[in-house]
Amino acid sequence: MPDAPTPNLSTTFAGGIRSPNPFWLASAPPTNCGEQIMRAFDAGWGGAVWKTIGEPITNVSSRYSSVDWNGQRMMGLNNIELISDRPIETNLREIAEVKKRYPKHVVIASLMVESTREAWHDIVQRSEDAGADGLELNFGCPHGMSERGMGSAVGQVPEYTEMITGWVKEKARTPVLVKLTPNITDIRQIARAAKRAGADGLSAINTINSITGIDLDTLEPRPNVDGLSSHGGYCGPAVKPIALNMVHQLQNDEASRLPISGIGGIGTWRDATEFILLGCGTVQVCTAAMHYGYRIVEDMIDGLQNWMREKGFARIEDFRGVSAPKITDWNHLNLNFKIVARIHEERCIGCELCYIACWDGAHQCIHVNGAHTAPPAIEATSRARIAVTPIPKLDRGVASHAVPTRVPRVDEDECVGCNLCALVCPVENCITMERVENNLPRKTWEDLVNGNPH
Amino acid sequence: MPLPFALQDNAEIARRFPDLHPAFDRQEALTEANRCLNCFDAPCAAACPTHIDVPRFIKKIGTENLMGSALSILDANVLGASCSRVCPVEVLCEGACVMLAYNKQPIAIGRLQRHAMNYFLDRGGKLPKKSDRKRAQKIVCIGAGPASLACAAELAQQGFPVTVLERRPLPGGLNTYGVAEYKLRAPDSLREVAMIGELGVEFRFGVSIEEESELAALEQEYDAIFLGIGLGAMHELRIPGAEHPDVIDALEFIARYKTAGRFNVGNNVVVVGAGNTAIDAANAARRLGASHVTIVYRRTEIDLPAFGFEYEHAKQEGVSFEWLTQPVAIHTYPAGGIASVECVRMNDDASPIPTPIPGSNFHLLCDMVIPAIGQAPLVSLLGQCRGVEVAAGRVQVDRASGRTSHPKYYAGGDCVNGGREVVDAVADGKRAGAAIAFEVVNA
Repeated sequence: MPDAPTPNLSTTFAGGIRSPNPFWLASAPPTNCGEQIMRAFDAGWGGAVWKTIGEPITNVSSRYSSVDWNGQRMMGLNNIELISDRPIETNLREIAEVKKRYPKHVVIASLMVESTREAWHDIVQRSEDAGADGLELNFGCPHGMSERGMGSAVGQVPEYTEMITGWVKEKARTPVLVKLTPNITDIRQIARAAKRAGADGLSAINTINSITGIDLDTLEPRPNVDGLSSHGGYCGPAVKPIALNMVHQLQNDEASRLPISGIGGIGTWRDATEFILLGCGTVQVCTAAMHYGYRIVEDMIDGLQNWMREKGFARIEDFRGVSAPKITDWNHLNLNFKIVARIHEERCIGCELCYIACWDGAHQCIHVNGAHTAPPAIEATSRARIAVTPIPKLDRGVASHAVPTRVPRVDEDECVGCNLCALVCPVENCITMERVENNLPRKTWEDLVNGNPH
Repeated sequence: MPLPFALQDNAEIARRFPDLHPAFDRQEALTEANRCLNCFDAPCAAACPTHIDVPRFIKKIGTENLMGSALSILDANVLGASCSRVCPVEVLCEGACVMLAYNKQPIAIGRLQRHAMNYFLDRGGKLPKKSDRKRAQKIVCIGAGPASLACAAELAQQGFPVTVLERRPLPGGLNTYGVAEYKLRAPDSLREVAMIGELGVEFRFGVSIEEESELAALEQEYDAIFLGIGLGAMHELRIPGAEHPDVIDALEFIARYKTAGRFNVGNNVVVVGAGNTAIDAANAARRLGASHVTIVYRRTEIDLPAFGFEYEHAKQEGVSFEWLTQPVAIHTYPAGGIASVECVRMNDDASPIPTPIPGSNFHLLCDMVIPAIGQAPLVSLLGQCRGVEVAAGRVQVDRASGRTSHPKYYAGGDCVNGGREVVDAVADGKRAGAAIAFEVVNA
């Protein structure tokens, strides 16, 4: 539908933060200084959460490490970097400069100071005087600062979160976002405390405690700081499912529910859209920008607009949160819903990954060569076969023996509809999971334990 | 124990015959290995005559367990290194890759196998023994080509004393003497044979078995005899002038540059025949300095006996082709050198044996003629094989065991299959080795 008007990506978040689009850079190295942030705005980012401002700290050399997967770099990224190592005055001066040049873009000041009312009042006042559009309280940093009574040391204790958020709200004139750590049993406990103290929004999730790996040559962990390492914060594509779940927990809990700026493994418009579908008003990106640069936002904007056009959405609000009600507790799921795997023969390439996955990892209901044969017997038959290199001159007139079909067959009576075969199949739409009509009424576990006649 | 064979790398030949497919570096190998779907009952493994467990060794590359990867390959095929370079993978493992059905490039199985084998050989890896027992039964293998090497390795790994008899000065057969240098360098073939030698296999060179009495003597000394004698000499061109010294058959031509270094091939070379060996020789003539190399073939392009990818390669090397063309005479200058090959065009009438078009004679200028019109069976020896059944020039065997009609004789490789690939010879040799081990112990 190229004629449809360009969808409007502008948003108003957390009681008054107006942003040209929902794409913000998270408080991290890409938002370390004004020069970077202005380049990011030029590239198309709607907002930036300034790398956390506080009393300058000293960083270590060797700060990041990553988990690569199957030849792809940085499936997950870990850092042991601390908050800004630049003086507060420098950061505030640059905030003022950025806001002067980019008045329509969002600059959020991420803050972390020692846990006294005076210190928080002071930094709130100075940040807002510099022109920040909002404040993000960094109660999530999992390393370095927590040992000094800041960061996640605050964000893991509801009482501290409530107290400090309260101090900030006493002073703040702009919206206050509380950034939540996932390194806690129930993220809602902290969100509820923030909401009680009057927070205007939440940023979730911060990085996850992690040790990315150990060098098997030196036996030293990564990132290596003079032979030692420390646990760091994990982010990147690997953490997205964890973040989505926590965002949903927060949205699904009345006492926690606040506008959310979604964070965790967002690298594309598709990731961002999923967070918005679960209720987020804006999203924050870090790892993907560290990997490929600010330029990735171009496709985030373009891709989201094209998707919205295709779906008939004019504004972000048209689809924000619409998938959230579709996530429920297990005991509300329909036990009489039945699906089975169907293999589309014309697409099958004969890898038989579905067969081995079903036999070893599921319910032994996919078969090859029309027989109910276990994997070792099939392999033994193949190994016993005498194969030769086909040589046209020598093989002229010799009929090539028929190759047995490698398209597996699903025993639909035995199939439990687990999806595993469809998940391992490398060919798109080769195995589809299809509904089997059994004419049974919807019945849930809750119905069963409550004696509901259905 | 120092092995009685070695060959120095020839710098000039190495420069003119660089690797056709460069080796993977670590990152390339990892990325390619991770592309493998890890099929169950994989078609690539089924297509391989030695049934190398391809997904198993590729996944080990993916986890950087290169030692384990190489041992997985060697477990199926002791010549895994040379096979990774010389196998026509397009019609074997890679040709069976399911990725082809998905309209994607097949996994580069040959290059991945070479990556693992290089790691193993560069570190002086040793073939594992399959048994600590010392067996008393002695076995002799005639010929030191791939079939005998695989048979000898299998038996030595099981603890049997094995002797390999070879008429030439170096082991490896066609791997050492007959494979295009840009696929497999002769020193690399020898490095692989040395690994088999380290199992305790005894090699004797310059030993030609010509007489029935010599076979009878071997029967007295050994418990089993494996015939890995390959094929005989190449067919000769039976046309006037073919006895000229610059008429060199393709195998002789290839063996000469591989083991003796560069020699003058002249400016114009004509290769007769269009099989894979013809193409190896034609490409080599280009690399050795000939400006014009022409393959003459009496049938059409459609009938080309070489693999399609070999034909494409020859065209890239600048080799030209004359179809429906047959040489009838070789003409020389008074000073002695070859002047031209006189040819005749053939009728394109799909008759079983092409017929010449009268009066279509023409001359191809040339300095050297390389006949590549197939190898004859080694009838001289086979005719005396003590009751071993031979039919159509091939030793008749039970394919699963390599057993011949004579209880003491086993056979494999080209002398059985009429001339296939290294990997076919290895498969034959290994099956025979296992059968011999079982038979001599249980007889």
